[in-house]
Amino acid sequence: MTILANSLNIQSSNNQVLLSANGLTCIREDRVLFEALNFSVFSGNIIQVEGPNGSGKTSLLRILAGLSQPYDGTVLFREQNITEQSDEFHQNLLYIGHLPGVKGEITAQENLEFTLALHGNDVSTAEETLEKVNLLGFENALASHLSAGQHRRISLARLWQSTAPIWILDEPFTAIDKRGVEKLEQLFLAHAQRGGCVILTTHQDLSFPEDKVKKITLDYRFY
Amino acid sequence: MTPEHNLSYKAAFNLIIKRDLTIAFRHRDDIINPLLFFIIVVTLFPLGIGPESTTLSRIAPGIIWVAALLSTLLSLDRLFKSDHDDGSLEQMMLSPHPIFILVIAKITAHWLVTGLPLIFIAPLLAVLLHLNENSYSALMLTLLLGTPTLSLLGAIGVALTVGIKKGGVLLSLLVLPLYIPVLIFATSAIDTAAMNLPYSGQLAIIAALFFGSLTLAPFAVSAALKVSTN
Repeated sequence: MTILANSLNIQSSNNQVLLSANGLTCIREDRVLFEALNFSVFSGNIIQVEGPNGSGKTSLLRILAGLSQPYDGTVLFREQNITEQSDEFHQNLLYIGHLPGVKGEITAQENLEFTLALHGNDVSTAEETLEKVNLLGFENALASHLSAGQHRRISLARLWQSTAPIWILDEPFTAIDKRGVEKLEQLFLAHAQRGGCVILTTHQDLSFPEDKVKKITLDYRFY
Repeated sequence: MTPEHNLSYKAAFNLIIKRDLTIAFRHRDDIINPLLFFIIVVTLFPLGIGPESTTLSRIAPGIIWVAALLSTLLSLDRLFKSDHDDGSLEQMMLSPHPIFILVIAKITAHWLVTGLPLIFIAPLLAVLLHLNENSYSALMLTLLLGTPTLSLLGAIGVALTVGIKKGGVLLSLLVLPLYIPVLIFATSAIDTAAMNLPYSGQLAIIAALFFGSLTLAPFAVSAALKVSTN
């Protein structure tokens, strides 16, 4: 059951609610993944969604990002349904899913510049941003010549330029080396301190202090 | 934290077109394959039927239009498929612009890459088929209005089938019935022009199909993409 997550109020001091889930139910292939899930995400929160494979972590994240529709329930951004204000919500959202969204035919820098520009971020510093994710020297390499980890780095590079307060990241550490994971964790902490929030799934243990990260645990259900 | 928003609809439109064209020019198969298919189909007909100019000029409009239609159908898959498979479609749908803009931009880029080259090469191939000399302007006009219509209508089918692993046959079944009116009126316009009669009626209908699909298809595509990525 999803008791741990039910009615979980992840309150930090003096912070506003950025995103709240209101009775979310998700059904896939006739199986209830989670039911009547309620929680609120405040600015400054880092939330780790946990659970075994197939427990609905990705489904939950996609519903929160507005990519999938829940079977029942609503997602509220600043107390208004996200489907009623999708442009406004998307300006405040950064979602990176399983797929890095990197095109093999264009270079690493062109890939980053496109995603930055598409989301209205500053493009002029794309090169320095690539340096931050250790891709210096690969700016002009076609993305198809780069490794899976490097693709992931190109898509994560957006985080350094993002002005969106809500970050929803599905397995951001996949194919990233230890040093990279540390860097990302620091970035998440800094983002939370600036008043943003991070919702992520990962099977790795985060090195954050216990009080910094809140957990939502989804259990695998057989019915 | 307040997010900045400094990209107009026009800038977003140009951004997507520029990216899609860059990808097409780096990966030239996208441009060459449909064009080559078009040329091969059209040039095979005189070989198969014989060089008799009366027969060829009679069937030329049909051959050129059927070849253009099939070559568009062949290239449709690329419209959203690769973006869907590598996750960039998701990112575009989560960008702070209406999906309408993204869809129009993707379709325009698709037409520039696959439709426009056909229009340039068609008069040359028409010479091979002894197309009646009065018909050239009708051929060009119908292709100019017709090929973007094919891209727009096809986009609906691609958007509906993009989530399916092997949607190729389904795509053809969905899209072909929508293509038939364009084919009928286009070939009829060219035939009428060959008889030196006014063909503005047929042209007006193709123009109506074009503007109708230009205004309505993006909404259908947006809705279909939302369903496909769900």
